[in-house]
Amino acid sequence: MSPEATRQHDLTRLSAADLASTLASREVSSLEVTEAHLDRIHAVDGDVRAFLHVAAEGARAAARAVDARRAAGETLGALAGVPIAIKDVLCTLDMPSTAGSRILQGWVPPYDATVVRKLRDADLIPLGKTNMDEFAMGSSTEHSAYGPTHNPWDLDRIPGGSGGGSAAAVAAFEAPLALGSDTGGSIRQPAAVTGSVGMKPTYGGVSRYGAIALASSLDQVGPVSRTVLDAALLHDVIGGHDPRDSTSLKDTWPSFAAAARAGQQNLSLKGLKVGVVTELGGDGFQAGVTQRFQEALELLTSAGAEVVEVSTPSFEYAIAAYYLILPAEASSNLAKFDSVRFGLRVNPTGGGTVEDVMSATREAGFGPEVKRRIILGTYALSAGYYDAYYGSAQKVRTLIQRDFARVFADVDVLVSPSAPTTAFKLGEKLDDPLSMYLNDLTTIPANLAGVPGISLPVGLAPEDGLPVGIQFMAPARADARLYSVGATLEALLEDRWGHTLLSQAPDLAPQEMFASEEGAV
Amino acid sequence: MNKAELMDYDRALELFEPVLGFEVHVELNTKTKMFSDAPNFFGGEPNTNVTPVDLGLPGSLPVVNEQAVKYSISLGLALGCSIAPSSRFARKNYFYPDLAKNYQISQFDEPIAFGGSVEVELPDGRLFTVPIERAHMEEDAGKLTHVGGATGRIQGAEYSLVDYNRAGVPLVEIVTDIIYGAEYDAPELAKAYVSTIRDIVVSLGISDAKMERGNLRCDANISLRRRTAPGEPPAKLGTRTETKNVNSLRSVERAIRYEIQRQAAILEGGGTIIQETRHWHEDTGQTSAGRPKSDADDYRYFPEPDLLPVEPSAELIEELRAALPEAPAIRRRRLKADWGFTDLEFQDVVNSGLLNEIIETTAAGASAQSARKWWTGEIARVANARGVDASTLVSPLHVSELVALVDAGTLTDRLARQVLEGVIEGEGTPDEVVASRGLAVVSDDGALIAAIDDALASQPDVLAKIRDGKVQAAGAVIGAVMKAMKGQADAARVRELVLERANA
Repeated sequence: MSPEATRQHDLTRLSAADLASTLASREVSSLEVTEAHLDRIHAVDGDVRAFLHVAAEGARAAARAVDARRAAGETLGALAGVPIAIKDVLCTLDMPSTAGSRILQGWVPPYDATVVRKLRDADLIPLGKTNMDEFAMGSSTEHSAYGPTHNPWDLDRIPGGSGGGSAAAVAAFEAPLALGSDTGGSIRQPAAVTGSVGMKPTYGGVSRYGAIALASSLDQVGPVSRTVLDAALLHDVIGGHDPRDSTSLKDTWPSFAAAARAGQQNLSLKGLKVGVVTELGGDGFQAGVTQRFQEALELLTSAGAEVVEVSTPSFEYAIAAYYLILPAEASSNLAKFDSVRFGLRVNPTGGGTVEDVMSATREAGFGPEVKRRIILGTYALSAGYYDAYYGSAQKVRTLIQRDFARVFADVDVLVSPSAPTTAFKLGEKLDDPLSMYLNDLTTIPANLAGVPGISLPVGLAPEDGLPVGIQFMAPARADARLYSVGATLEALLEDRWGHTLLSQAPDLAPQEMFASEEGAV
Repeated sequence: MNKAELMDYDRALELFEPVLGFEVHVELNTKTKMFSDAPNFFGGEPNTNVTPVDLGLPGSLPVVNEQAVKYSISLGLALGCSIAPSSRFARKNYFYPDLAKNYQISQFDEPIAFGGSVEVELPDGRLFTVPIERAHMEEDAGKLTHVGGATGRIQGAEYSLVDYNRAGVPLVEIVTDIIYGAEYDAPELAKAYVSTIRDIVVSLGISDAKMERGNLRCDANISLRRRTAPGEPPAKLGTRTETKNVNSLRSVERAIRYEIQRQAAILEGGGTIIQETRHWHEDTGQTSAGRPKSDADDYRYFPEPDLLPVEPSAELIEELRAALPEAPAIRRRRLKADWGFTDLEFQDVVNSGLLNEIIETTAAGASAQSARKWWTGEIARVANARGVDASTLVSPLHVSELVALVDAGTLTDRLARQVLEGVIEGEGTPDEVVASRGLAVVSDDGALIAAIDDALASQPDVLAKIRDGKVQAAGAVIGAVMKAMKGQADAARVRELVLERANA
């Protein structure tokens, strides 16, 4: 490796926090950092396929602008000049926003999502848009209309979903940070299976304006990163009330980065009561997952935490309720894709009525998983079935919220494995939707209750050498607690290992032949 | 159905009882749209007054217009409704290209206002209480223009254009309970009901309420129930039709009458009424079949997850209640008493639609009777002749000034009509017109006496008759004097002076 290549390699290995301080001290320019990441993308993304669109020129221009302002002595934000990858579910003025769907191929929105605007206002450098299951429906990115993303730990395996592109980009050192969206685990499960960190904030903590809706009452935008502190720094940038999102909370939030730093520095968990959710573990969980999870609990205990078992019986019905509420809302949210105002239009041969055009477009533009859920949701909302399906599911949701409230009266955080298994093989569950749905067993309850959840790596499963994640959940609005506890456990684990987990990931062979042009890869 | 096939109205009423129900959509005149910050204005270049929210672009989210909520509460209160401490928006799902999201944000099982009633005055002055089931908030759809067909309807069109400027305009839909007992007056009741809703929203200042512009739209539901002999149980309710596109008060009345006659003819001929929407055609005075409408239409309503429940505070509701203007029916009763009008006079005023002009004219100092006389008389006549709205011709202030000039004897009624004409022509205030046209009554007795003496001298036979006590003979002299004075004299004063001079 040439010295220049080494320097670039090192820049992509830095955490966002370290990059930010290196940038602030002017040891390196944002343009150099951006070029390093673009080079890395060009080198490895042919294999990983995390990105649907790389905005190389836009990123360079943004980086130059930040460098100029820094040179002019302006005070910049904590993450100014740091590159970031953006899940394709988020609307971006200068990049196509397809949500992984054929029906939105090439669509460039006339506006930025609020979180994207906040990134730009805070001088982060958008690198491009990341792959995802179509309209965020899936746990593997295999439902992307543009082909799957591959897990950097093993290219034959899934990177999780729906936000597999964001997690893989971060895990493959193509970006230090990424934005994701989490409706039933789409941030946390990909983070778990790629050895990265993913946080689903409290519902309403981050604006949904400009996030292409899957299920409005469950969707939440959040950070993906390689460290807990980095996630917290990004959360500080994107969080807060947005008058354009009626469901966004008007709370004043504490600094999440400060909470993470406090957790890194004070490694004692004395006084913290941790509840292990009986229903989110045990039978059906991979042995290596359970093993690493148990070791993490021991580490928490040794740091002074009190670890107890808690039971939340209603969680047994969470998946059933989720797969009624989500398709119901999705069937309505996806009705707007009708070819009239934007996106794909398919004219049936021989012409036809507007209904014929809408039908032909939706037939050609939506993939099988999307159609499956639209049909499910339409059925669940139909007259005569509403009470039995949608109505009952909402009652289960209430019971789950009560279970959370009951256990949170006794414990500070809840804990479970982030996913039942490590990354499965591409294609393994594609023909078995139910088995795919069960993968979200652990993450769904937090969405149904609107509480925050974070996933961070706790090691590699002995049997397959793949990352295992632990999930912490806290009461609504207690996001800071998750950053604090998460940062402590992360520090304890890295002290024990002597390195970060991701530093053990295979170094993907650079591909010199990879196209370097602007645009889709 | 052509006119000849309709059943005679009186005969229809003998056989059937009309059962009514109305859905009135009121467009609110808020500054911005129901769920976006686009100005609440349509017309102009198509698709220029739209935001991502109005176009239903992916990722966009609605935000409730608080002013629209306040207006809706005020309207609910004015309709005697209870205001829900918590009400929710719901999605009404159906595919139609004028509906950007392919669902309409409306309210379903939790409307903001429910359970009220409104007093409606029939043309003969009787009051009829119309029960109000609910009033709920929703957004308007875009506007479709069907091009290439003969009718302008979607059937037969080559293509259709969509203008989303109207998409998202705030609406309140007022739904009545089933209305029984209107009987023979059903068409008049329909007109009076819509007219009352219009008066209410105008008095609240929450809508421009112009039916011809679609600010106020009425869908009229009607069914017929066959009458049964005394002692027999009542027949079941008939199948209803919903007549749409009724965009004037007169049309509401005509459409109901037509539907009663049409349905009666079908039922009496052994046919059945199809549950459907019907389109009113102003030109032919008929309705035509629209789309079949079933109670089982499945809109897959569910609570709108993008919006929080609407929870107005009790303080806000009371504040809005305290600010309510007098209900139009009560206000009318009070005005009629205050003004001392006969039933006929008052009905005349109400039917002329000039109530507000008369109120303002009296407020400016004129007597109610004078104000009534001018507005429903000369001004209405000119307006009618010119085919314009009387209120656009002259201001209440100028009318009151005109009345004052008459009361002071400066103008006769005849002169006052000329002054009015000058004011209407834009020649200035009544005082200015009097001056510029030189129209004041000649009140100088000297000038009058000279003219009277001339007239008496030229008509000695008349003078003799007056002196003989035949006072009515004075008319000929008075006429000559008025002619000589070019009408600018007070005839009563002339008469006094004629008798005085003749007997001098």
